[in-house]
Amino acid sequence: MGTTASQIGKDRLAEYQELTFLTKQEILLAHKKFSELLTKDERDLQNIRVPMETILTLQELKSNPFRNRICHVFSTSDIKNGSLTFEDFLDLLSAFSDSATLEIKSHYAFRIFDFDDDGTLDCGDLEKLVNCLTGETDDTRLTSEEMRQLISNILEESDIDKDGTVNLSEFQHVISRSPDFVSSFKIVL
Amino acid sequence: MQCQVRKRDPLGAVVCSKMGSSRSGSRSVRFDVDICPMDSDYENLSEGQPGQGSFGEPADGPQGRPETLQLDMMESTGIEHHKKRNRRIYTGEDDMGEDALDAEPITSLRRPQCSAATQKVLSHMPSSRAGKYNAAVVSNKKDELVADLRGLSVREGKRKLRAMPLSLGSKKEIRRLAFRDIGSTTSRVIPCWSGHILRTCRQCLFRCLTVLGSLQLWHSAMKRVSGRFGTGVLSYFLFLRTLLGLNLLLFIFNGLFVVIPQAIHPPPPPPGHNLDTFTGLELLTGTGYFSHSVMFYGYYTNTSLTTCQVNGTPGSTGESSNPPLCQTGTYNIPAAYSLTIASTFFIILIILVYSISKSFGRSFHVLKSKGNLAVNVFCAWDFKLSKKTSVRFQSEKISNQLKELLSEMITGDGEKSCNQRLCHLIVHLVAWTVCLASIGLCAMGIHFLSEVTSEDTIKHEGDTKLLLLPAVVSGINLLLPGLFNLCAWVEKRDSPSVSVHVSIFRNLLLKITIVGMLCYHWLRRISVEPGRNQFQCWENFVGQEVYRLLLMDFLFTLLYTFLGEFLWRLFSKQVRGRDRKPVFDIARNVMELIYGQTLTWIGVLFAPLLPALQIIKLLVLFYIKKGSLMVNCQAPRKPWRATQMTTLFITMLCFPSFVGAAVSVSYMIWTRKPSSGYGPFRNLPTMFESASLWAQELKNTHPVLSWLSTVYNALVENPVFLFLTSGVFLLLIYFHAQVVDGQKKIISQLESQIENEGKDKKFLITKLQATCEQNSLVSHR
Repeated sequence: MGTTASQIGKDRLAEYQELTFLTKQEILLAHKKFSELLTKDERDLQNIRVPMETILTLQELKSNPFRNRICHVFSTSDIKNGSLTFEDFLDLLSAFSDSATLEIKSHYAFRIFDFDDDGTLDCGDLEKLVNCLTGETDDTRLTSEEMRQLISNILEESDIDKDGTVNLSEFQHVISRSPDFVSSFKIVL
Repeated sequence: MQCQVRKRDPLGAVVCSKMGSSRSGSRSVRFDVDICPMDSDYENLSEGQPGQGSFGEPADGPQGRPETLQLDMMESTGIEHHKKRNRRIYTGEDDMGEDALDAEPITSLRRPQCSAATQKVLSHMPSSRAGKYNAAVVSNKKDELVADLRGLSVREGKRKLRAMPLSLGSKKEIRRLAFRDIGSTTSRVIPCWSGHILRTCRQCLFRCLTVLGSLQLWHSAMKRVSGRFGTGVLSYFLFLRTLLGLNLLLFIFNGLFVVIPQAIHPPPPPPGHNLDTFTGLELLTGTGYFSHSVMFYGYYTNTSLTTCQVNGTPGSTGESSNPPLCQTGTYNIPAAYSLTIASTFFIILIILVYSISKSFGRSFHVLKSKGNLAVNVFCAWDFKLSKKTSVRFQSEKISNQLKELLSEMITGDGEKSCNQRLCHLIVHLVAWTVCLASIGLCAMGIHFLSEVTSEDTIKHEGDTKLLLLPAVVSGINLLLPGLFNLCAWVEKRDSPSVSVHVSIFRNLLLKITIVGMLCYHWLRRISVEPGRNQFQCWENFVGQEVYRLLLMDFLFTLLYTFLGEFLWRLFSKQVRGRDRKPVFDIARNVMELIYGQTLTWIGVLFAPLLPALQIIKLLVLFYIKKGSLMVNCQAPRKPWRATQMTTLFITMLCFPSFVGAAVSVSYMIWTRKPSSGYGPFRNLPTMFESASLWAQELKNTHPVLSWLSTVYNALVENPVFLFLTSGVFLLLIYFHAQVVDGQKKIISQLESQIENEGKDKKFLITKLQATCEQNSLVSHR
C-alpha cells in the first residue's frame, strides 16, 4: 500500500481507530488517497485543508448527485466552502463505513438532505432531494403536478406532528422502516 | 430564552412556562414577552370577534399599557412584510375557538408566511435542530457531554463517544477531557513485563485479524459488481458465498472424519470387481473406476480401522482381529460415518435457522406503514454506485418507480371495465394452466425416463445412456423458467413485486417437482429389495446419479451463460441493431443455486466427496457469472428489495430445500435396508441400527458412558419429549406474537399523542404570531 503507520503516527492512528468506525486498514487507505490529492509540498503540512473541487475528483464522489452536500456537511471550515481536512475526510468515511450505526447514518443523511441547513426538511428541501434523485435529464424529472403530489404524500406519511416539515426524529422513524438503508448508505474506498 | 411576564395572568404564565421548558438553552436570543392582557384577549377570541380591532382594544384596556415586544430582530423587518405575509394566519385566527380548531384542520405552518420573528423562533426549536450535536451546541454543552461520559465505564464511554455525530476535532477534545484521568491510572497498574506481553499478543492478534479481513473472499470483485449493478445483483453473489461457506463446512467435516481415515487404510477390493482402465467418460458418469473409490458409499468398510504398531514399525490392517502383539487404536468407520453426517446436518440446521431469524428481524418490522413513498424517496439512493452510467441508470430507475407509484395515486386504482377484468382473469388462468401443465408433463417425462434408464443400467453399466436422464433434467431446468418468464410477460401484472414473487413461486414448484420425482424414484424403485432391481449396491447408484445430475447442471449452466447471454447479445446487436443487453435474472439464478444445494444435501450420505464438487462448481460459477455480468448484462429494471429478497432466499434454502433433503435422507436411513456386501452399514437391517449398535458397544466397553445411551433412549426415541418441546416452542411463539401486538397498539397511541402535541405547538406559534402582529401594529400606530 505504500503507507505505514509511522506516516500518521501510532498514537494518532490509535486515536482515530477509537473515535471512528474505521479499521486500521481503512484509515491507512484513506490517508493514502488523501495524500494523493495533495501536492508534494502540501503533504508535509499538518491540518492542510483541501478545497471541495479537489475532493470531488475522487472516483467514489465524482458522480454522486449529493457530492456537494456531503462536502458541506462534513466540512469544519469557518467559511463554509466545503473544504475538508484529513480528519473531516475520516469523519466522512466513518459515517459511510460498514460498521457505523443506524443513528449516525440517519443523522448524517438528514443533514445531507437538508439543503437549506435549517434543521428540518421542508417542501423546498424535499423538492431538491427528489430532483437530485431523478437526475438531470428532462424525461426523468417529475412534472410539477407529480412533484406536488409526491411531496404531499411524503409529508402525510412521515410528518407525525403535522407541522409541515420532517424533523430529525420523524426522519429516523421513516428510515427505521427500511432495512436496506444501512447497506445503501455506504461508500467504500 | 428568558420569558418575563409582567402581570401574572394564569394563562400568560402557562404560556410562558411552556415556552420556557421547551428550551434547552442554545442561542442567546433574548425574548422578552410581556403578555399583559392575555385573559381578555382569549375571551375576545372565543367569542369570535373578527378583525384586528379585537386585538387592538384590549391593549388599551383596564390592565394598563402593554409593553412592546422586545425582540432583537424586530427592527430589521418591515411592517408591510408582516401585514402581507400574515394575512393567511390572521384570517385563520378569526374564529379561533375550540370548535373552530377541530373543524378547520390547520394544515401546515407555512414558514415563508410567518414573520421573520416567528421564523427565528421556529428555527431554534429543539425538535428542529439536527440532534443535540450541532457544532455551535457542542461548544456550549461540552461539559455536559463530558460528564455524561465520565459516568459510564471506560469501554461504554468510548463506544458512546464513537457513536456521537460530532466532528473528529470535537471528539478528540471531549476524549481528552473525559478520559485523561483514566488513561494515566491504567498505565500505572499493569506491571511492566506483563503489560509488554499483553501488548505484543494484542498486536499479533490484530495483525492476524486484519490479514484475514483483507482476505475476505472476493471483496474487491463484489465491490465492483455493486458499484455497477447495485445491491440487488450483489445479493446473488452474497448468497453464493454463503453456500460456499456451508459446503466448505460439510467438506471439512466429512474429509477429516470419514474420507481421510478410510483413504489411509484402503479396504481390499471386493471379489469380481475389475479395476477398469480409466476413460474420460468416467468423469461424467461416475461409474467404473470411480465406483470403488472414496467418492462413493460402497468403498467404506463396516469394521473398525485399527492401526497396529508392532515393535515400533507401523502397519495397518483392515481386519478387526488383532494380532496379539499389537497395540491397537480403533476407529469405528460406521459410527464415524453416521455421526459425521448427523452432526453436520444438525449444525447446518442451526446455522440456517439463526440466519433466518436474523434476516427476519432486519426485514420485517412492527411498525405499520401507511404507504411506502417516503421510504422509497429517503432510502432510494445507493451511495455505493460510482460509475457515471450506473448513476444515471439508477436515477432513471428511481424516476420510473416514483412515477409508477404516483400514477397509481393520481389516477386512482385502475377502474377497469368488466370486460377488461374478465379478459385479465382469463389471461391469468391460461398462464397458470400452461405453467402447471408443463410442470406436470416434465414430471411424467422424468418418471418414465428414470424407469427406462434404471432398467437399462442393470444390464449394461458404464453406458452413455446414463447421461440421458441428467441431461434431460438440466434441459428442463434451463428451458422451463424461460417459459415462465414468457407467461409473466404476457400477463403484464401491475405490481412488480407481485410478479417477482409469482415467478419465484413457479420456479420453486418446478424444482420441488423435479427433486420430488427423483427422490420418489430412488426410494420406491432403487432402494427396494425385490428381484427386479438387482443393484449390487443401490447406494452407489444413487450417489452416482446425484453426481451426474450436479455435473450436467454445471455444464448446462456454463452453456447457457455462453449461449444465452453472450450470443443473444451479439444477435440482438447485429440483427436488431439495438444494444439491448439481457437482464440478469436474479430469481432464476438463485433458484438454480438452491436446487444444486438440495441435491448436494441429499447425496452427501451416498457420496461423501460431493461437497467438494459443489465447492468447485460454485467457485467457477462465481467467476463465470461475474464475467458474463460485466460484459453482457444490465441490471434488472424492476426495483429489487434486496433485504426482503435475501430473507426469502434463505428461508427457501432452509424450508423446502434443507428440510426436504433432511427428511428424505432420514427416511432412507430409517426404513431402507442397506445393500449387503458394500458400504459401512452392510448386513444391518437399517442404517439407523448402527447408531444403537454403537451405543451398545460403548456401554459395554466404557460403562462410564452408559448414561449416554439411557439419555438417548429416553429423549430421541420417546415421543413425549418431542411433544413437550414443540409445546414449549408454540407457547413462546404465542407470547412473542402478543408482545408484538401490544407494541403496535402503543405505537399508534404514541403517534396520535405526537399529533396532538403538534397541534398544540401550531396553536401556540400562531398565537405568538398574532401577538407579534398586534404589538407591531400598536407600536406602528
